[in-house]
Amino acid sequence: MSDLRELYQEVILDHNKQPRNFRKLENANREAEGHNPLCGDEVTIYLDVEDGIIQDISFQGKGCAISKASASMMTAALKGKTVSESEEIFARFHALVTGEDEEPDIEELGKLAVFSGVREFPARVKCASLAWHTLRAALVQQDTPVSTE
Amino acid sequence: MTALTTRRDTKSELAYDVARVREDFPILKQRVHGKPLVYLDNAATTQKPRIVLETLDRYYKEDNANIHRGVHTLSERATRHYEEARVKIKSFLNAADAHEILFTRNATEGVNLVAQTYGRKNVREGDEIVISAMEHHSNIVPWQMLCEEKGAALRVIPMNDAGELLLEEFEKLLNPRTKLVAVVHMSNALGTVNPVEKIIQMAHRHGVPVLVDGAQAVYHRQVDVRALDADFYIFSGHKLYGPTGIGVLYGKATLLEAMPPYQGGGDMIRSVTFEKTLYNDLPHKFEAGTPHIAGGIGLGAAIDYLEGLGMERIAAYEQQVLAYGMEQLTALPGLKMIGTARDKASVLSFILDDIHPHDVGTVLDTEGIAVRTGHHCAQPVMQRFGVPATVRASLACYNTQEEIDSLVRGLRKVKEVFG
Repeated sequence: MSDLRELYQEVILDHNKQPRNFRKLENANREAEGHNPLCGDEVTIYLDVEDGIIQDISFQGKGCAISKASASMMTAALKGKTVSESEEIFARFHALVTGEDEEPDIEELGKLAVFSGVREFPARVKCASLAWHTLRAALVQQDTPVSTE
Repeated sequence: MTALTTRRDTKSELAYDVARVREDFPILKQRVHGKPLVYLDNAATTQKPRIVLETLDRYYKEDNANIHRGVHTLSERATRHYEEARVKIKSFLNAADAHEILFTRNATEGVNLVAQTYGRKNVREGDEIVISAMEHHSNIVPWQMLCEEKGAALRVIPMNDAGELLLEEFEKLLNPRTKLVAVVHMSNALGTVNPVEKIIQMAHRHGVPVLVDGAQAVYHRQVDVRALDADFYIFSGHKLYGPTGIGVLYGKATLLEAMPPYQGGGDMIRSVTFEKTLYNDLPHKFEAGTPHIAGGIGLGAAIDYLEGLGMERIAAYEQQVLAYGMEQLTALPGLKMIGTARDKASVLSFILDDIHPHDVGTVLDTEGIAVRTGHHCAQPVMQRFGVPATVRASLACYNTQEEIDSLVRGLRKVKEVFG
């Protein structure tokens, strides 16, 4: 039960119920779709990037609580950040959810640290990272849909 | 249904002692996350009874040798056990002859074998292949690949909201261009048991052969390929309480003999020169290379075990647990059952409120309950019911009503977490 509460923290359940920036971005200049074929989750990330800065970011799609909350919190965390800052945050986030980083820098991660419980559930790492992989594809503008497989 | 129940089981009068059955499955004794394991992912693969584990162990410890090629004692012993397993499968399916039983890797390979041999030989541009709306990807994609290669078309038998095939629509699909019908006996995603005997009769009236995907049906019901008059019947060993990596393709001898080989290599030949190769007789013509010998023998042991319990008794017992599960689950507020066919077996597929099945599965796992969540390799079924995924609890001969109670408690907890 403690692991479960650790995974489904209140913040995550809240973002699942009321995802932030859950809309199509009309003035997006980049977008990408991501799929998790294992569970059928899909997400589309919309970006408005000007001079290397993420001016606006949004998402749409369907998925489990972890993938939806992750996308929602990612958009909240990255608005106003530079592209290279977003890469650094992703690297830290990835290390957090995979358990690669045994002592993650919680301060640096801010609110995203609530995903630390995912490391105890290896089957769910892909759910937590789908939006981020899709973001990366949008930033480099890959044409083919991203897959976590 | 009649075809599934024509052979009477002499033990059907005796009570089914599930506690004793559970004793035969060592894996079930463990705890997961501190809770007794409740294994309800049987449609993905079943657990193995001790006799299968011991048979595999004994084979490698005492008999291991290559088959069909040595004159020494071990080779003769291994060959004899492997071929005895083929005979057991023949009897289990009530096939006419053991050489109609081909060993494959799994059910998927069985479908591919028929598509690549019978299909490539007989299907031409403009022809049609009929499948159903509830097929597993393994009985869709091999036919799509064949259709693409040949310029043929795939036709799909639709189903109703309960998950039952519409036979009057099927009748309309049959025409002189129809070259094969490939249909699932029991749906892995819905639990529907299709009236394959009727489907085969209808197809045969048009002179069209039928392949039946029996991967799910074969471990829940007594199957009689001759009563069904199936042309091809395929299944995998690991769902029939046997090892992974071994499967079976039953085919009528007349069809198999007319088919070109699938793979070339050793064991499938009678003689080889650089100018010409003569192929071996059935079943060896379709079994190139060293097979999964231990797997075949292990599957034979699984069949011995099931025949000891009696397929009809297993089916009757599972049906009770299924009925209890349907009743208990549908009583849960917010639960929607996907697949409510009148004739269904051993599958409880559902969605709970708007909670994603993956989240349901994770919470249940922390309670020691193993279920499948996702599209069950049947994405067209999910599309038909307008859901991205379902939670699937699937039963086997060792599941109990108490385990259904555990599942219900687990689902209440899911609702608490996501309430």
